[in-house]
Amino acid sequence: MSCKLTQSYAPGYLDGELDLLRKIEMEQHLENCADCARELESLRALRVALRRSNLAYSAPAALRGQIVSALRSAAPGEKRERRNAWLAFPVWQWATAFAALVVISVAAWRIVPVLSGASAEQRIAAEVFTSHVRSLQGDHLADVASTDQHTVKPWFDGKLDFSPPVEDLASDGFPLVGGRLDYLEGRGVAALIYRRRQHVINVYVWPGAAGTISARSLAPRQGYNMMEWSRAGFHFWAISDVNPQDLSAFARLLEARISP
Amino acid sequence: MPETTSRERFEQEVLPHLDAAYSLARWLTRNEHDAQDVTQEAFLRAFRFFDGYQGGSLRAWLLTIVRNTCYTWLRHNRPADPGEEFDEEIHSPGSPSVADPELQLLARADQETLRHALEELPEIFREVIVLRELEGMSYKEIADVASISIGTVMSRLARARTRLRDVLCAPQGKES
Repeated sequence: MSCKLTQSYAPGYLDGELDLLRKIEMEQHLENCADCARELESLRALRVALRRSNLAYSAPAALRGQIVSALRSAAPGEKRERRNAWLAFPVWQWATAFAALVVISVAAWRIVPVLSGASAEQRIAAEVFTSHVRSLQGDHLADVASTDQHTVKPWFDGKLDFSPPVEDLASDGFPLVGGRLDYLEGRGVAALIYRRRQHVINVYVWPGAAGTISARSLAPRQGYNMMEWSRAGFHFWAISDVNPQDLSAFARLLEARISP
Repeated sequence: MPETTSRERFEQEVLPHLDAAYSLARWLTRNEHDAQDVTQEAFLRAFRFFDGYQGGSLRAWLLTIVRNTCYTWLRHNRPADPGEEFDEEIHSPGSPSVADPELQLLARADQETLRHALEELPEIFREVIVLRELEGMSYKEIADVASISIGTVMSRLARARTRLRDVLCAPQGKES
């Protein structure tokens, strides 16, 4: 190894980044070349001096705060980590939900023509949708705000010509939050309000149903999912921006609570 | 599973490297206030690119952004800076033949002297010294941060060290 080569390998030698072969060559050369050995010695002394002097700067205390607030304003309407949400939901759950949706859609597609009430259904769906959206605007949600079904149910007395079934589903994660008078299909109906986390679910109830029809999903409207069923002589329509699985679970729970 | 926003994750994982980021910015800009501006800008950029971070050394990833931000900033704000083009031929290591008194000079060199000598080094040499000696990075990491080959890391470190040594050992010869 020549002196010139030694000099270009010196840093790697000092830093322990040379491969074994070059390291051995280097050491052999250093044993026989006093100049290079001295050169290396001085570089080592330089390194010791640099490390001893602690030349790295520390960030001023205020900078951390500035950066944190700059980051917060750079991420204003920050969304919850999407990646985590996806990971938290195993693939099979999505697959199940998708399969359920397919089954429900196919069922709906087969049933709708049989009932031949498609146009009435669409009309009600439009009214339910409008009413739901209006109920979310301003303070229009509840005429009676109570989580107690025994407060909500009597409240309807004298305001409607029927007494709607009122069930609290708080223990299932769908707390009742109140009731409201509403108007659908040219008649007064009871609107029951439930919550699922931050989502509002409106359930419209009115009498006149013949027989029992199990809960089924309807075509979503502008991000709102809807379900409809009949039981104990009442029509039920539920609407919410909650995901379809939750709404479906909710409808089935409510269905089961109301004896036919 | 606790949900975290990507900003919270960024703050937890990247902010601990603030000192390293600031130190590099401070050495490259050679100015306290500019270093703060550049560091803040670099963190905002890093936050924007955080989704694209593919693993590996987070510090090296951050310092790459800091370095690029520094050079962009320097180009815009100090166009008059000659960039200290370094004639490698003139300075290629000959046979300096170091004498013992020089070893003693180096051993006695105080912080101010060393700081000044390092600040006077051309950027391409200054940055490899900072990354290697101050941040203790491997050649591979330095190569990634500075977008050069490992061979270039080694040859730049060789020249940087020789030059630093010579400056420190030449009495009053710094500004010649």
